[in-house]
Amino acid sequence: MTPDEIQAALADMRPQMLRFARLQLRSEAAAEDAVQEALLAAHTSADKFTGASSVKTWVFSILKNKIIDELRRRVREGNVMDFAAAEDEMKDLDDLFDQRGHWAAPPMAWADPEAALDNQQFWVVFEACLDGVPPKHGRIFMMREILGLETEEICKELAISPSNCWVLLHRARLGLRECLTQRWFGEQQ
Amino acid sequence: MINCKEATQLISQGQERTLTLAERLALKLHFLICAGCRASERQFEFLRAAARRIGSPEP
Ligand SMILES: [Zn+2]
Repeated sequence: MTPDEIQAALADMRPQMLRFARLQLRSEAAAEDAVQEALLAAHTSADKFTGASSVKTWVFSILKNKIIDELRRRVREGNVMDFAAAEDEMKDLDDLFDQRGHWAAPPMAWADPEAALDNQQFWVVFEACLDGVPPKHGRIFMMREILGLETEEICKELAISPSNCWVLLHRARLGLRECLTQRWFGEQQ
Repeated sequence: MINCKEATQLISQGQERTLTLAERLALKLHFLICAGCRASERQFEFLRAAARRIGSPEP
């Protein structure tokens, strides 16, 4: 690729990168910084790229690492929520089950979820749901499923036990399931 | 018999660790009688797939 082509490919990606970083970091300034650093790194490694798709894969993996670094920094500086004290946020989800632990309203299968993946509007809703679940749940879900960290790493980073980590992830999934049912899949039924 | 609350916990943990034989059996039996938990399992799988797609955008 010529430097101009790389430049154009990177400029193209910038909005998507920013949105991605904002979702994880919840700070405009921190998101700008992470994207800027990833783009700078891409410029200095321009000779590695064989095409627009390789630029994209590469830059996003750099961006993910920058985001993970930033999240680690926040943990180190104590600038992070108290994950160990997450139990108090579970009340609303307990309403999902009755006293005997059965579904209060059993989930219905979603109609054609695969099709949603190709619908741009679905991703807007998905991100809104990620933003809408309690931050502790959302953050840990993103570390696990979007940034791709292993559960052990997350436990270590956040100084919580594996079982606490599982509980938080589970709460996140239940919350996201509810949100998507209400805001996306429910509408079709 | 496990209830739905326990079943969904196992479904979630199945994405984090290998379930024991007893846990898998309990879940299987529960699925036989519970469409809600069967739907949840597929939905949890979908959440993972969707989140991974955000994490590795297609070129
Ligand atoms: Zn059930």
